[in-house]
Amino acid sequence: MENLLQQLLNGITWGSIYALVALGYTMVYGVLKLINFAHGEVYMVGAMTGYYAAHALGLTQAPSLGALVLVLLISMAACALLGALIERVAYRPLRAAGRLAPLITAIGVSLLLQNAGQLVFGADPKFFPALLRSEEVIRAGGVAVSNIQLTVLVTALVLMAGLQYVVRRTRFGRAMRAVSYDAPAAALMGVPVDRVILGTFVLGSMLAAAAGILVGLSNPKIDPLMGLMPGLKAFVAAVLGGIGSVPGAMVGGLLLGVIETFVTAYLSSTYRDAIAFVILVVILLLRPTGLFGAPQTEKV
Amino acid sequence: MRARSLLWLGVAIAFLVFLDVAAPRLLNPYYVTILSRIGIAVIAAVSLQLVNGFTGQFSIGHAGFMAIGAYASAALSVFAGAAVLAAAAQVVPLPVARLAYFPVALVFGGLVAAVAGIVVAVPALRLRGDYLAIATLGAGEIIRIAILNIDAVGGARGFSLASPEYPSIDLRYESLAGVFGVALIAIAAISRLVYAGGGLAFRAVREDETAAESIGIATTRVKVEAFLIASFFAGVAGALFAHSEGYIHTNTFGFVRSFELVAFVVLGGLGSLSGAILAAATLTALPEVLRGLGEWRMVLYSLLLIATMLLRPQGLLGQRELWPISRLKGGGG
Amino acid sequence: MRGALRAGAVCAAAVVSVLACGGEKRAADAIVVGHVASMTGDTATFGRSADQGMRMAIEEINASGGALGKPIELITEDDRSVTEEARTAAQKLLQRDQVVALLGEVASSRSLAAAPEAQRAKRPMISPGSTNPKVTEVGDYIFRACFIDPFQGFVMAQFAVDELKAKRVAILFDFKQDYSVGLAEFFRETAQKLGAEIVADERYTSGDIEFRAQLTTIRAAKPDAIFVPGYYTELGLIAKQARELGIDVPLLGGDGWDSEKTIEIGGDAVEGYYFSTHYAADSDSPRVQAFVKDFQAKYGATPDAMAALGYDAARILADALGRAGSVDGPKLRDAIAATKGFDGVTGKISMDEQRNARKDAVVLKIEGGKFRYHRTVSAE
Repeated sequence: MENLLQQLLNGITWGSIYALVALGYTMVYGVLKLINFAHGEVYMVGAMTGYYAAHALGLTQAPSLGALVLVLLISMAACALLGALIERVAYRPLRAAGRLAPLITAIGVSLLLQNAGQLVFGADPKFFPALLRSEEVIRAGGVAVSNIQLTVLVTALVLMAGLQYVVRRTRFGRAMRAVSYDAPAAALMGVPVDRVILGTFVLGSMLAAAAGILVGLSNPKIDPLMGLMPGLKAFVAAVLGGIGSVPGAMVGGLLLGVIETFVTAYLSSTYRDAIAFVILVVILLLRPTGLFGAPQTEKV
Repeated sequence: MRARSLLWLGVAIAFLVFLDVAAPRLLNPYYVTILSRIGIAVIAAVSLQLVNGFTGQFSIGHAGFMAIGAYASAALSVFAGAAVLAAAAQVVPLPVARLAYFPVALVFGGLVAAVAGIVVAVPALRLRGDYLAIATLGAGEIIRIAILNIDAVGGARGFSLASPEYPSIDLRYESLAGVFGVALIAIAAISRLVYAGGGLAFRAVREDETAAESIGIATTRVKVEAFLIASFFAGVAGALFAHSEGYIHTNTFGFVRSFELVAFVVLGGLGSLSGAILAAATLTALPEVLRGLGEWRMVLYSLLLIATMLLRPQGLLGQRELWPISRLKGGGG
Repeated sequence: MRGALRAGAVCAAAVVSVLACGGEKRAADAIVVGHVASMTGDTATFGRSADQGMRMAIEEINASGGALGKPIELITEDDRSVTEEARTAAQKLLQRDQVVALLGEVASSRSLAAAPEAQRAKRPMISPGSTNPKVTEVGDYIFRACFIDPFQGFVMAQFAVDELKAKRVAILFDFKQDYSVGLAEFFRETAQKLGAEIVADERYTSGDIEFRAQLTTIRAAKPDAIFVPGYYTELGLIAKQARELGIDVPLLGGDGWDSEKTIEIGGDAVEGYYFSTHYAADSDSPRVQAFVKDFQAKYGATPDAMAALGYDAARILADALGRAGSVDGPKLRDAIAATKGFDGVTGKISMDEQRNARKDAVVLKIEGGKFRYHRTVSAE
C-alpha cells in the first residue's frame, strides 16, 4: 500500500510538470487553433536560463528558497519575452493563412530552437545547480517525501491556481475566453484580439519556464533537446484533457504523469514513452475532444 | 510516341547499370554512400508528397513506415535470406543469388510497411487537419518504440545485417542502381497515379473533401489508397537504407526524420513531385558537400522552413512540375 | 512518364558529375590513426579522457622518433555519444581519411556499431575500454586493451556478497546499452551462485532523467545493496533520487562510473558507494604515479581510467606498428595479436586468443568527494 502511495506521489509530482507545459499548449490552441510545436523548446529555454542565471548570480553555492524564487522569476520573464517574440515574428503574419502554414512554421520554430540551442548552449548535458538542499520532510509509513518533491508540487499547484484566477476572474481572462469562443465576434465587441493572443503566449511561456526550473530542481540534467519528448507528451496531456480546456490540461497532465509512473513501476520502463502516444491514439479515436472538451461541428 | 518512351527507358536502364558498375570504381565509397542516401531521401519524399501534397492529408509520422520497411526486410534477410542464399550458392554463383534475392527483400519491406499503412490509415483518416497530424505523429512514435522493444531485432542496441549462422554471407547490398531504379519507379508510378485518369480524385480530396464526397468520390478509399502506396514506397526506401548501411537503429526513424521529410515536401512545394525531388536531393547533399556546415545544417533547415512559410508558402515549385504533364486528359504521361 | 524518366536522368547525372570531383588523399609522410570517440553528449568524458590519454602517448612516441620513422597523426571523429553515429564516424575515418587503424570506442554499444566497419576494411581496431565480450567477437581485427565483463561482474558480485555481506541484492540496469545489459547478466549469475538473492531487477534507458518509479519498487524489496551497472550521467541522478526516497544501502557499479562527473552530478549522494574499474589514480605504483604526474602537468586534471586506457591502447598500437614493420592491415593485426606482457599504466597487457586483455580489476570507494583505492582483484 505504501508503495502505491509513494508511486502515486511520484506520478503526481512528475505529472504537475506536464500540466504546466500542457496549459501553454491548450491556451494557445484555444485562441488560435494552432498547435504550438515550439512550446517544448520554451520549457527548455526556461531551464537553461535558470541554469545560467543561477551561475551568474552566484546562487549555486547558496541554496535557499529565495534563490529558487529569484531564478524562477528571471526565467519566467525571459521566456515571456521569447513567447511574445515567437508569436509576433512567426505566427502573427500567418494569421490568415489557413491551418497548414502555421503548423509547419511551428515545426520549423521548434527545430530552430533545438538546434540553435545546441549551438548556443553546447550539446553536452548540463547539471542544474541544487538551489535547495535535499532533505527528507516526511517519512510516514514508508512514504518518503523530500522537500524537493514538495516544492515542485506546491509551486505547480500555486501557479495553476494563479492561472485559474486569471482565466476566471480577470478581464484579460474573460477576453481570452471570448477569443477562444469566437474570435471575430470578440473583435466586433471591442476585444483587442492581437493583444489577447500575445498575452496568451506570454502566460503559457511563463508556465513552461516554471516547469523547466522545477524539472531542473528535481531531475537536474538539462540539455538543448530536453524539450522534445516532454513537449510532445505535454501536448498529449492537453489532448487527453480536451485541447482548449484549461482544467482539462491540468487534469490531463497529472493523469499522464500518474499513468506513466505506474506503467514504469508495474510493467516496464521501456514503455514509458510509448504509453503517452498510445493514450493519444486511443483518445483521438474514441473521444477526440478529450475528457473536458466539447464536441465540434464542422461547417460546410 | 511509344518508341520514344522505350528509348528513354533504355537510356534509364543503361544509366542504372553504369551506376552500379562504374560509380563504385570512380568515386570514393563515402560519396557512393551519400548518393545512396540522396536516392533514398527522394523516394521517401516522393511517397510523402502523394499523401501530403496531392491528397492534402497532413501526415507527419512517415519515418515510422521507413522503420517498418527497414526492420522487416532486415529481419527477413537475417533470419531467412541468409539460409536461402547459402542454399542457392550451391547451385548458382553467389552474386547471382544475391542479385535475385535483393528485390525480394525490398518488396517484402514495402509490403509489411503497406500493411502498417492500412492499420494506421483506417482509424487515423477519420480525423481531419490538426488531429490527423498529431495522430500520425503518435503512430510514428508508437511504431518506433514498439520496434525498440523487440529484442530479436536488436532492440535498443540496433540491428546488424549479419546472420550468426551464416557469417560468411554478406547480407549488405549497396546498389546505386537499386536505389535510383526504385526512385524512378516511384516517381513514375506516383506521377502516373496522380496525373492520369482517375488521379484528379486525389486532388479533389485535397481541395475540398466535403465537396468531393458530395459529387460521389469515395474519399475514404482515395485517402487510404494514397496512404497505402506512400507507406509501401517508404517501406522500400527503408529496406534500401537497411541493406546499404548494414546496420539500423530506431533513432534514425524518429520524428526528427519525419519532420525532415515534411520539410522536403513543403519546401519543394506541396503538390509538386519535381519540387519534392529537388528539395530532398539538395537538402540531403548540402551538409555533406559543405562539410564545415555540420552543426548549422539543422539551423539552416529550420530557418529555411520558417522563411518559406512566411515569404513563399507555396514552396519552390508550388504545384507545378519541371516536366510537361497532360493535366486533364486521361491516359499517357 | 517519360518526362519523369528524363528529369530523373538529368538530375542524377548532374549530381554524379558534381560529386565525382570529390575524394581527398592524405599526405604520405605521417601514419594516420583514427579515434572514434564520444567527445560530446551524455558520455562525453569517456571520449575526451581517452582522447587526452591517446594524444599524450602519441606526443611521447613522436618525440622519440614516432613509429616506422614517421610521426603518428591522430584524427578524432565525434560520435556525440550516439550509437549509430559511431558507425558513421568509423566509416569516415576508414574511407575518407584512410586511417591505418582505429582506436575506440569506450562504450560497448558504440564499439559494436563501429567494429564491423573495421573488420570489413581489414584494418585493426583497438578498443581502450569496451568490456562487453561481444565486441571482439565481431571479427579477428577487433582487439581490446581491457578486461571483459564476465570478470567485472564477478568482481562486484563477490565484493557485494563477501565484503558487504549482502544477502539480498537489487539490480537497476540500462536496457539500451550492451555494456549494462551484459554486466548486469554476469553480476546476476555470480551473485546467485554465491548464494545471494536477487530481490529486484529493474531497468531504465540511457537518457532517462526520472527513476523514482523503479527506485520505489526496489526500495520495497528491501535490498542490502543495489547494483547499478550504468553510465555516470544516469548514475548521478539515480543516486540523488535514491537518497531522496530514503534509500540508505550502498549502490555498486562498474567502470561506467569512472568519471569526475559522477561526483559532480551525484554530489553528497554518491558518498560511500563502490565501483570496479581498470586502475586507481592514487595507487602507489611508481608507473602509475609517473603517468598521473605527467598527465596533470599536461592537462591540469587527474587522469581517469579511460585516459589511462587510451594511453595504453595508443602505445600498444605504436608498439605493434614497430613489430609489424609496416602499416599493412593483416600484418599490423598479427602484430597486435602477438602483444605479450606489455607494460601498461593499467597493468601488464597480453592479448589472449579472443583478443582480450587479461588484467586485474580494482575496486574504488567514493569517499570525501574523491575516488579512493579500496582493493585489487586479480584475474585468476
